[in-house]
Amino acid sequence: MEWPKMTTLRLVEYFRTQVRQDPEVPSAVAAIRTLLEFLKRDQSETILGLRENLTQTIRRLEEADSSVAVSSGGELFLRFISLTSLEHPDLSQCKKVMVERGELFLKKISLSRSKVAKLCHTFIKDGAKILTHSSSRVVLKVLESAAADKKRFTVYVTESQPDSAGRQMADKLQNLNIPVTVVLDAAVGYIMEKVDLVIVGAEGVVESGGIINKIGTYQLAVCSKAHNKPFYVVAESFKFVRLYPLNQQDVPERFKYKADTLKAVEDLAEEHPMIDYTPPSLITLLFTDLGVLTPSAVSDELIKLYL
Amino acid sequence: MADCGEPDGPGNKDDITRSKNEGKELTKEEKQRLRKQKKHQKKQKERKNEKGPSETEKDKTPVSLLPPPQPVATQKAPSALPAPASAPIPVPASAPFHSSPAPSPADKPAKSKAELKAERRARQETDRAAKQPGSSSSGIKTKVPLSELNPVVKRLPEHVQVDDPAVVKRLAKKLERQQIPLRSDYGYKVSLFSHLHQYSRKAPLTQLLSIPSTVIHPSIVRLGLQYSQGIVAGSNARSVALLHAFKQVIRDYTTPPNEELSRDLVNKLKPYISFLNQCRPLSASMGNAIKYIKKEISNIPSQCKEEEAKTKLLTCIDRSSLVNNILCEAFEKSRKFRVIVVDSRPRLEGREALRRLVQRGISCTYVLISALSYILPEVSKVFLGAHALLANGYVMSRVGTSQIALVARTYNVPVLVCCETYKFCERVQTDSFVSNELDDPDDLMVTRKGKTQLENWQDVSSLGLLNLVYDVTPPDFVDLVITDLGMIPCTSVPVVLRVKNLDQ
Repeated sequence: MEWPKMTTLRLVEYFRTQVRQDPEVPSAVAAIRTLLEFLKRDQSETILGLRENLTQTIRRLEEADSSVAVSSGGELFLRFISLTSLEHPDLSQCKKVMVERGELFLKKISLSRSKVAKLCHTFIKDGAKILTHSSSRVVLKVLESAAADKKRFTVYVTESQPDSAGRQMADKLQNLNIPVTVVLDAAVGYIMEKVDLVIVGAEGVVESGGIINKIGTYQLAVCSKAHNKPFYVVAESFKFVRLYPLNQQDVPERFKYKADTLKAVEDLAEEHPMIDYTPPSLITLLFTDLGVLTPSAVSDELIKLYL
Repeated sequence: MADCGEPDGPGNKDDITRSKNEGKELTKEEKQRLRKQKKHQKKQKERKNEKGPSETEKDKTPVSLLPPPQPVATQKAPSALPAPASAPIPVPASAPFHSSPAPSPADKPAKSKAELKAERRARQETDRAAKQPGSSSSGIKTKVPLSELNPVVKRLPEHVQVDDPAVVKRLAKKLERQQIPLRSDYGYKVSLFSHLHQYSRKAPLTQLLSIPSTVIHPSIVRLGLQYSQGIVAGSNARSVALLHAFKQVIRDYTTPPNEELSRDLVNKLKPYISFLNQCRPLSASMGNAIKYIKKEISNIPSQCKEEEAKTKLLTCIDRSSLVNNILCEAFEKSRKFRVIVVDSRPRLEGREALRRLVQRGISCTYVLISALSYILPEVSKVFLGAHALLANGYVMSRVGTSQIALVARTYNVPVLVCCETYKFCERVQTDSFVSNELDDPDDLMVTRKGKTQLENWQDVSSLGLLNLVYDVTPPDFVDLVITDLGMIPCTSVPVVLRVKNLDQ
């Protein structure tokens, strides 16, 4: 069946509508849905051409939304579908197999958030005081399932400037009837002695086992290490990315700022970065849909996923 | 079968020592005779060991079995002592045991055949049970080669048991069989490292070789000399030189009649490897190279003609220095950077690296390792080479590396280790004491303005000189390992080993 070919504009529009329609969906899943649509309508003659088109599409999506998750999700999608791409001699059959695998992949990762929540909520004990940073839908899901399990706990959320995402998180938690307090970013050191554990989400998990997350996470991790509080990270497996930063400045520029800033502004040194890098030595455990991992096990999983 | 070689014993030994002195290779029959002798002696030793613990249990059961070999054994014992070359001197503890039960068996009455059989079976069961949990007779700190009953027990490598006389004797016998001279240790060894070898550079192994020696190929002799004098140094250079020498060996090799290339060539390589090991202990990369070659050789099908087989082997061989290469390549890509080369005595290998970098036009600074904390504040990244990467993530490298990694960590400077995957090895080590290499202690002597300090260090009884070659860096100090497969964290070494094993 012949579908009209997707142009860049339509791609981005499709992506944005996905995100708008369902604010709960992770941006990577939306990106992958877009890619799947593109795949169905693609008209290239060879597999190489198909791959090239897909890589270009991923790049265009990254321009629309510069988060790490879109990039990693896209790359994983590409890998996942091309693993059996050479088996069938006929291109259309190949594409059919690819589309099927793509749908399978999509189904798997849509369930990943609930898998993570199931693993993590057992670590929250009754009467616990939890500290979290900015707004993360995975953390929200975890706290939701813990509350559903009839556990009593209180949450402290950092305000997380410059976009005050923490306040949105606080509203959502209040709707779930969880006692929540918003604290200033600067008050993390002050509040650390009161809390029992720290849970944060991640925008990307890097090869060394460290994470890339909203700016302020690194500070939080350093403080929790100084106070010997466990620092947990919850992330789905499609956020694993093949980067290896050694320090803050090794994180590529295209992730550090919002997509609009990258296009509009000339001198990026004037801008405030939106994310920072937390090294693996400060992280206690990572909860993913592949299981509960230590930071050094992340590399093993990455090798299995990518090689 | 065990007794057949006995009556010719002394006569055989003369023949063999004679042929050894002439430098000729042992003929096949002589080798077989030696092998039978060894087997018999080993059985005797085992019997004596078993007599030790089982003597207290039942005196009757060993009796019936022992009378036949007993008189021969008693004959062997006194003859064994004056012939130290070939006879395995039994573990000294069992020698007194040996003499005491000698009179007792003669007193006991003979038994019927069925009873003898039952007792023998019972004795075997007890022996098997005694061997399993590691019986007292099998040595306190060393592991005497256990029978095939315990394949799980791993032996300690011989080169870290130098202070155990039994192991040294075993090594000496093995070398004698392969007709390689044994290198003796030199100088006073620091007590914490007395379990390692310490050789002097002034006494190379080749001086002890008789001329002409047809056992060892001349290119291997040359290689051994290059290793022991330090002319070829550095793990990559050593492996490459080893492979070149093996190529020459394969080219000159001819299969003797009635022998298969795949088996005979591997056996020929064994004495070469022992010789090279004596000249300078093998490194992990060399070990991996040798394993690879042996595998290739044994995989050659038996129908393969000799010429074909040789060309096949040569082609499969054909396919620090590393850090230098990385820096030179980066410089060619017009990256602007400055290199600080840290060097240390006594080898001062940094000078060569410095020379090569300066020749390319890279701006360099040269410091000794004692100035490390002075220059680290201006360093952005530390690049280290590695000799081997162990399975628990520890990095084995030139001594001083772990010091640099430690100081760099306190200054929060990222430490990158560059290592090819062929240097990954399955060993596990957590400290630098267990397995290391002691270099010639005389290297530490310095001559300045005509005066050599420490010239007479051997005369001072309480003074020991320690010249270590390797040290081990924990994975917490290393941020990244760069390999030919990509960038991996230090703890992922076992994953790479697993993936590589699957490929092979």
